Amino acid sequence: MALAKLKSDATEARLAGVTLPEGAAWSNAARADALARVRQMGLPTKRDEYWKYTNPSELTAAEAPKAAIFDAGEVPLFDAVDRLKIVFVDGVFDADASDELTGEGVEIERLADAMAADIHWAKDLYGVLETRGQTPVERPLAALNTAVATDGVVIRATGKVAKPIHLVYLHKDETSDAVLHNLVKVETGAEVTLLENGPAAARFSGCLEVEVADGGSFHHVRAQGRDHERRTVTHCFARVGAESSFKSFTLTVNGVMTRNGCVLEIIGDDAIAHVAGVCVGDGNDFHHDDTVFITHDALNGESRQVFKKVLRNGATGVFQGKILVKEGAQKTDGYQISQSLLLDDDAQFLAKPELEIYADDVACSHGSTSGAIDETALFYLRSRGVPQYDARNLLTLSFMAEALDEIADPTLAEELRDRLEGWLARRS
Amino acid sequence: MLEIKGLKVKLEDEDKQILKGLDLTVETGKVHAIMGPNGSGKSTLSYVLSGKDGYEVTDGSAELEGEDLLDMEPEERAAAGLFLAFQYPVEIPGVGNMTFLRTAVNAQRKARGEEELSAGDFLKEVRAKAKDLKIDADMLKRPVNVGFSGGEKKRNEILQMAMLSPKMCILDETDSGLDVDAMKLVADGVNALRSEGRSFLVITHYQRLLDHIKPDVVHIMADGRIVKTGGPELALEVENNGYSDILAEVS
Repeated sequence: MALAKLKSDATEARLAGVTLPEGAAWSNAARADALARVRQMGLPTKRDEYWKYTNPSELTAAEAPKAAIFDAGEVPLFDAVDRLKIVFVDGVFDADASDELTGEGVEIERLADAMAADIHWAKDLYGVLETRGQTPVERPLAALNTAVATDGVVIRATGKVAKPIHLVYLHKDETSDAVLHNLVKVETGAEVTLLENGPAAARFSGCLEVEVADGGSFHHVRAQGRDHERRTVTHCFARVGAESSFKSFTLTVNGVMTRNGCVLEIIGDDAIAHVAGVCVGDGNDFHHDDTVFITHDALNGESRQVFKKVLRNGATGVFQGKILVKEGAQKTDGYQISQSLLLDDDAQFLAKPELEIYADDVACSHGSTSGAIDETALFYLRSRGVPQYDARNLLTLSFMAEALDEIADPTLAEELRDRLEGWLARRS
Repeated sequence: MLEIKGLKVKLEDEDKQILKGLDLTVETGKVHAIMGPNGSGKSTLSYVLSGKDGYEVTDGSAELEGEDLLDMEPEERAAAGLFLAFQYPVEIPGVGNMTFLRTAVNAQRKARGEEELSAGDFLKEVRAKAKDLKIDADMLKRPVNVGFSGGEKKRNEILQMAMLSPKMCILDETDSGLDVDAMKLVADGVNALRSEGRSFLVITHYQRLLDHIKPDVVHIMADGRIVKTGGPELALEVENNGYSDILAEVS
């Protein structure tokens, strides 16, 4: 009881100054409901089962810890990609820096505009998948995001969207505390690619809800990086229909505290859901957490979770991944792999792979490993004349290859690979 | 080319002496073979020469064209012209065979102060050499040695050797795990590389490989030393009578 009281006091203290943005009646209700969910669940503490390996205190604190602005002085990621650019500076939409929010086969609006409309498709998505994603595991920070999110975009793909939609985040204020909520609705047979990257704020909470209708396809490539003091929590909630495809890849570099949650639900037959990530971390203060939950609730679904972490110098990586196969979800093919490459003895990787299966005709596999650079392979490369330093980097990149291979677009994959090479080169 | 004098080597982690004063000179352009029973230290010799960790040289020297090999890093030995064809070629998932070859070739060129090969020139050369070894485009694209059969792995070793054009090639039981056809293919690859400026040290259990790669000199190794040296006929003697007669004779 004492603990529950402590938790609710901490939650109330955090919510004391919170005001909910105003919009149309349905959106006000959605936000009020979300706030009620936060109160009912309480904000997470490290005593919670799903926060055992990641201390949420910096994510729940009333004040965002300061984060220095970092200018890498390099060409921004995806700069050469022909895309529709949408810019947020410290969590605020920047119309001047963004492209026109129009494109073939797609409708894009700012979240606030959608939330102000009395009738809008966003009503059936905003906070809806997040609410579904609260069972069986509570995700109070996602509910908090739904309650207080100040900006974001809502995207509705009605056809094959020619250009990727690129959310560019910029950090210019050392104390910014940004909360963005984005919606993507992929209509029947439609296709869209969403790119995200950049330091969003000193502290950032991002929530993405994605509905993929039958035969639709959603491709997501995200990079979190170069802002060394980043504290961020992101959630992606997706529901995918029959013969649809959902693929999400995240590269995480640097930062202090990153928790990426992904909750996918396969509700139509013959659907594909893949989520993958690569993280590279250096130093005692690096903490990165991937928490994934995939539910199979239809026939012949295929899911993959592929996570690779390269850690050194006291960095910590966490993976909590689950595959839940519901009764009747026969012929499910679920695959989960989480691996860490520990470049020295101080780094650590904490993994909690889970399978829960209620159907009797499924193929699910999972594996988790921690290891160092393979000395035999290192010697093999060196015996061919490759210097030790290059050989180590080549093997490190090869360790990440399986996850990078999850990116369907080779150009995007190549660009991320180049960034990883740069990261390794700076640290050798 | 290669001059080894009084080489004594023990395992780093154990008090176990493996090479006990080995003397061996391989002249430029010659093919020497080392035969010997299991545990005589043949593979250790190849690893120590190429610089693998885990061994401690307690005495003696090994020089490649007058340069002290034992003082060099493995990659420096490679750039100096030493090549070891592994008994068990290593699988490297995630690194394409072509990328691997190109990285290796260019790293050596760079170390020798030569210009790197352009992508086009490299491709042309690797395709031609791969064809001779019946290595198809798919094998070049696949990750290094991953899913290769025993024969494919050994052919891949010879392809690397051909691309790197070393001066001193050590073949560590290249015949192990090969059927007759694969052995012939590998031997042809090696023979094509024989030249006046290049020397070979062929380590093998069996005389069979030496039918295809004809050695100039044959050494018998036992208990960490070269115990007998002779011409190709020595290999035949081993084939007919086994090692015991020779070992009895020299002990």
